[in-house]
Amino acid sequence: MKVYVPADAAARALGSDDVAAAVQAEATRRGLDLTLVRNGSRGMVWLEPLVEVERDGVRLAYGPATAADVAAILDGTSAKALGPTDDLPWMKKQTRLTFARVGLIDPLDMAHYRAEGGLVGLERALALPPTEIVQAVIDSGLRGRGGAGFPTGIKWKTVAEAKADQKYIVCNADEGDSGTFADRMLMEGDPFHLIEGMIIAGIAVGATRGYVYIRSEYPDAIRVMRAAVGIGRKAGLLGPSVLGSAYAFDMEIRVGAGAYVCGEETSLLNSLEGKRGVVRAKPPLPALEGFLGKPTVVNNVISLATVPVIFEKGAAFYRDFGLGRSRGTIPLQIAGNVRHGGLFEVAFGMGLGEIVNDIGGGTASGRPVKAVQVGGPLGAYFPSSLFDTPTCYESFASAEGLIGHAGIVVFDDTADMLKQARFAMEFCAIESCGKCTPCRIGAVRGVETIDRIARGDTAAIPLLTDLCNTMKAGSLCALGGFTPYPVMSALTHFPDDFARAKEAAE
Amino acid sequence: MPVADVLEPHARQTLDDILRAHAADEGPLLPILHDIQAAFGHVPQAVVPVIVEALNLGKAEVHGVISFYHDFRAEPAGRSVVKLCRAEACQAMGGDHLAHHAERKLGVGFHETRADGKVTLEPVYCLGLCACAPAAMVNGRLVGRLDEAAVDRIATEVLA
Ligand SMILES: Cc1cc2nc3c(=O)[nH]c(=O)nc-3n(C[C@H](O)[C@H](O)[C@H](O)COP(=O)(O)O)c2cc1C
Ligand code: FES
Repeated sequence: MKVYVPADAAARALGSDDVAAAVQAEATRRGLDLTLVRNGSRGMVWLEPLVEVERDGVRLAYGPATAADVAAILDGTSAKALGPTDDLPWMKKQTRLTFARVGLIDPLDMAHYRAEGGLVGLERALALPPTEIVQAVIDSGLRGRGGAGFPTGIKWKTVAEAKADQKYIVCNADEGDSGTFADRMLMEGDPFHLIEGMIIAGIAVGATRGYVYIRSEYPDAIRVMRAAVGIGRKAGLLGPSVLGSAYAFDMEIRVGAGAYVCGEETSLLNSLEGKRGVVRAKPPLPALEGFLGKPTVVNNVISLATVPVIFEKGAAFYRDFGLGRSRGTIPLQIAGNVRHGGLFEVAFGMGLGEIVNDIGGGTASGRPVKAVQVGGPLGAYFPSSLFDTPTCYESFASAEGLIGHAGIVVFDDTADMLKQARFAMEFCAIESCGKCTPCRIGAVRGVETIDRIARGDTAAIPLLTDLCNTMKAGSLCALGGFTPYPVMSALTHFPDDFARAKEAAE
Repeated sequence: MPVADVLEPHARQTLDDILRAHAADEGPLLPILHDIQAAFGHVPQAVVPVIVEALNLGKAEVHGVISFYHDFRAEPAGRSVVKLCRAEACQAMGGDHLAHHAERKLGVGFHETRADGKVTLEPVYCLGLCACAPAAMVNGRLVGRLDEAAVDRIATEVLA
C-alpha cells in the first residue's frame, strides 16, 4: 500500500507532518506493509493536507485531513473521500506541463523522476548543437515568468554570443510577490526539473556554473533544493560531465536575506556578489555583464523549469497553447480571500472572472468579490467590471495592469481600497533600495498624500496622480516604477473609497 | 550591556571555521553572515573587523551590507521569534486584524522584543502560503489558516 502525504510548505503549515506521523503509527499498529511518500502538493491548497492512497494503481484523494482521519482513510471509509485525484475538476481543467510531476512524485527520488519523464528533455537537448537549443527556446515562444515577460530564447542568444572565460546561469527564486508560490511549489515538489532546466540553459549559452537565489522565507525549498543538488552530483547529472557528455555544469543554492528588491535581477546579482542589494543601472545588461561582471542568464524558476518541457514535447507543441503573443501555459496562483485557492496551470487566455469565480469558487468569506490584485505588490487591482480580461501579457497591459508572476489575490467587499493603495506606497518605502529618488522619497510622500486624502483633503488626489506619474517615469526599476499600478488602479476603479473619507470628515 | 568588540576565543574559533568554509565561494559575504547569525543568533559588531580582514573589504561596506538586509540582526532576538505575514493575500483574509490581536496577546509590538526576552514579533512580507492565509512562522515552523484561536495557542506556547 502506498500513501502520499505532502511535505510541501503549505501542507506542512496546515499540519501534514502530524498526518504523516499518524499514517506511520497506524501502519505499525496494524502491521501494514505501507510505503509513505512525502510528495509535493497537487496544488489544491484548500484541501491540504491532501492524503492520497494508491489502490489498484489509482490515487484516491482525502482532504483536508487531520491525524484523526487517518484510520478511516486507511480503511477506505473516511467521510473526507474525494474520489480519484485525477478526476477532480480542479485537476481535469488544467494543462499541467511545467507542473506535470509536482505532487505526483517523491521530489528527491531520481528513479521516480526518470520514470515520469524526467531527463528526457535534457537527453534530447544534449543531442543538439547549442545554437539549436537556443533556437528551440525562441521557437517555443517562452517568455520570462518572473514578471517582465522578456522572450527567454532571445536572452539566451545574447549570452550565447557573448565571449567570456566564464558565464553563469542564475535562477531567480526570490519570489517576493504576495499571492505567489509557484516557484516554491516547484522547488519543493520537483527540484530535479529546475536543475534540468538550468543545465540545458548552461549548455545552450556555454555556462558551466549556476546559482539558485532562494528567499530566506522558504526554508523547505532551500532544504529540498540543496538535497537535490547533492543527489544530482552523485547521479552524474551535475559535475564535470553532465550525464557522461562533454559538458560540465554545477550549481549552488544561495539564500536571500529578506529584501524584496533583491528579486529585481541586478539587485539580485549584487546580493549574490555579497553586496547591498541595490539596483544597477542598465545597460550593461546582465546578459553581457552580470554576476561578477560575466555574461549571465537570469531567469525565473518557472521559465527555467519550463525549458525541459520544450525539449521533451517539442517547441511547436508548447507554442500551440496560449493566446496572441503569450504562448504556452501559465501556472496561476489563486490566493487571498478565495474558496478554492492553489496552483492552477493553464494555457494563457483564460478570463480573470472565470479564474476567480469558476476555478476559485468566489470568496472564502462568501461575500461579494470587490477587487482582485494580479501580479503582486506592483500589480493593479481589478474590479469585477474588468473580469473579461484574458490572462495574457498584452491584455493586462492594456487594462493598465500586469500579469507579473501570475499571483491572483482576491478581496471581498470589506476591503478598503484606500488602505490597499496606502499599503502599496508603504511597502515601496520599506523595500526601496534607496538608489533613486522617485522611489525612495516618492513612496514616503505617497503615504503622506494618501493620509491627507483619508482625512478628507480631496485637493491631494491630483497630487497623488502627479506623484505616481513621477515615480513611473523616473524610477530606476519597477519597484518605484510599478507601485503606481496598485495605487492608481485603486483610485481609478474604486473612487468611492477615496471619497468616503471626506464624507466622514465633513 | 557592554559592547564586546573582541570575540571570546570560542566564538572566534566558530567565526574562523565559518570563514574557512566559505573561502572558495564566489561572493561569500551573505553565506557567511547567514552562518554567523545561525551560530550566534545575531551578527555581533565584533565580527566585522574579522570579516573585513578575511575578505579584504572596507568596514563601511560590511556594515552597509549587514544593515541593508532585514534578516540580519544587530541584537539578539527574544527566545522565540514570531513572524507574521503582513502582505496582501494575508490582509485579504483579515491579517491586519489578526496582527493587532497578536500584538495584544504577545504583549509586544512589531519589530520589538518583550522586556522579559520571551518573544520578538516581526512582520514578514509573504511566506508563500497565500492560498492558506493568514500565515506566520513561529521559531521556523510555518503555520497557515491562522485565526484568533491559533494566535492564542501560539502566545501560550511562546510565553510559557
Ligand atoms: C522589485 C522587483 C522584484 C522582482 N522580483 C522578482 C522575483 O521575485 N522573481 C523573479 O523571477 N523576477 C523578479 N523580478 C523580475 C526580474 O528583475 C527579472 O525580470 C527576472 O528575474 C527575469 O527572469 P525571467 O525572464 O525568466 O522572468 C522583479 C523585478 C522587480 C523590479
Ligand atoms: S501574503 Fe501572506 S503568505 Fe503570501
